[in-house]
Amino acid sequence: MTSTPGSAAPTGETMHPPADTATPLPARVRRFTRSERWVHRATATLMGVCVVTAACLYLPRLAELVGRRELVVTVHEWAGLLLPAPFLLGLASRAFRRDLRRLNRFAPYDKVWLRAVVRRRPGRPAGKFNAGQKLWAAWLAGAVLVMLGTGLLMWFTHLAPVAWRTGSTFVHDWLALALGVVIAGHVGMAVGDPEARRGMRTGFVRRDWAEREHGEWLDAP
Amino acid sequence: MTDSETGAPVGRRVVLGMLGAGALTVAAAPHLQSVVDAVVGGAADKDPTGLTGLLPGSGGFRFYSVAASVPHRSAADYRLSVDGLVDRPATYTLARLRALPRTRVVRDVQCVTGWRVPDTPFEGVRLSHLLDAAGVRPGAKAVRLTCFDGTYTESLTLDQARRPDVLVALRMRDKDIGHAHGGPVRLYVAPMYFYKSAKWLSGITVTDRVRPGYWEERGYDVDAWVGRSNGRDDAPTS
Repeated sequence: MTSTPGSAAPTGETMHPPADTATPLPARVRRFTRSERWVHRATATLMGVCVVTAACLYLPRLAELVGRRELVVTVHEWAGLLLPAPFLLGLASRAFRRDLRRLNRFAPYDKVWLRAVVRRRPGRPAGKFNAGQKLWAAWLAGAVLVMLGTGLLMWFTHLAPVAWRTGSTFVHDWLALALGVVIAGHVGMAVGDPEARRGMRTGFVRRDWAEREHGEWLDAP
Repeated sequence: MTDSETGAPVGRRVVLGMLGAGALTVAAAPHLQSVVDAVVGGAADKDPTGLTGLLPGSGGFRFYSVAASVPHRSAADYRLSVDGLVDRPATYTLARLRALPRTRVVRDVQCVTGWRVPDTPFEGVRLSHLLDAAGVRPGAKAVRLTCFDGTYTESLTLDQARRPDVLVALRMRDKDIGHAHGGPVRLYVAPMYFYKSAKWLSGITVTDRVRPGYWEERGYDVDAWVGRSNGRDDAPTS
């Protein structure tokens, strides 16, 4: 396997020895389309606004510093309400729908991947998304829906009895804490993997990275 | 079908599981909340880092301010004015307020957003004392309270303002009230939701009718009795 760091151009493939493959493979492979990257960017921005405004409402030091409670609440509510919008718009993209199907389904090698992670062992086979990314996507989708539901109950107070509203506050508070931890984990993983970030930024990743991290993806016909 | 587009739909199960767990937790929240409060409260007692204070429902006050920034007032520059439909308008310094007869009230504090802080001592001058000293004129019906944050206002009917558990508070939890808690002087209305207890109190104006306060113009109840307003059924605090 030849590594071609920094050479994005397919012409770099002339460096491959002829015996390597019958037809030279491009050095970089397409991972995400423009619309998929747009969905990720818009979702991340809205989530960022939700997290920052939540911190300004919830952490005493920040609340004292920022004040303007009504404005912060309004921004938080609308950012939260719009959070599913990029996902829904993204459904118009064939590539996005296909990746959702990939995220949904667990193949036998996903179990191998999870077992290897739990036992801290190497040898972690993965498709276009590894089992951890699949679980993250599904958990986040569910968490966003729960935050949306409980948030709406707190926003439109006349919609439900008081017990529902206090229950919603309880769930919204604790799930927000869990989301903060999990999102920090997601960002931390991205910081540790520049090539994965490049894939989300440019749409292309290095072939050797894809073979190493997502071997079953490239092997698929 | 390529890659992993077949196989068990684990993603869908996780999403549905989250929705189910969320709904169940909303329903079970009253029970869970008391358990969590006990655990977090117990941990907070032994927590030197103070990190447990960041956990939801850890029994502390939360800071709410509607203004962009709030000036600080000290004993040197703090003033409380009493005016409107009164015979003897007055301006109190902090020293003059501190020299007046004090009342101490220990009740739960209940916020309309749900948090409650049990058995919180407040100490200060009864609002009725300041009103009597100013001499309320006939025809007066209410008081309007203004704050030196420049934004917040509150209101009480004259009957509510004269209750013995309505204080112009100087001390909270047996300490002088700090800036974050609305010091040096805040209102304390024991039987009502805490938004009635205006922070950074600077003006008391006797009026001929109730003029709704800041949050009341934004949908909160004017008569904010704990447990009997704002669509809530909390246990009364006073």
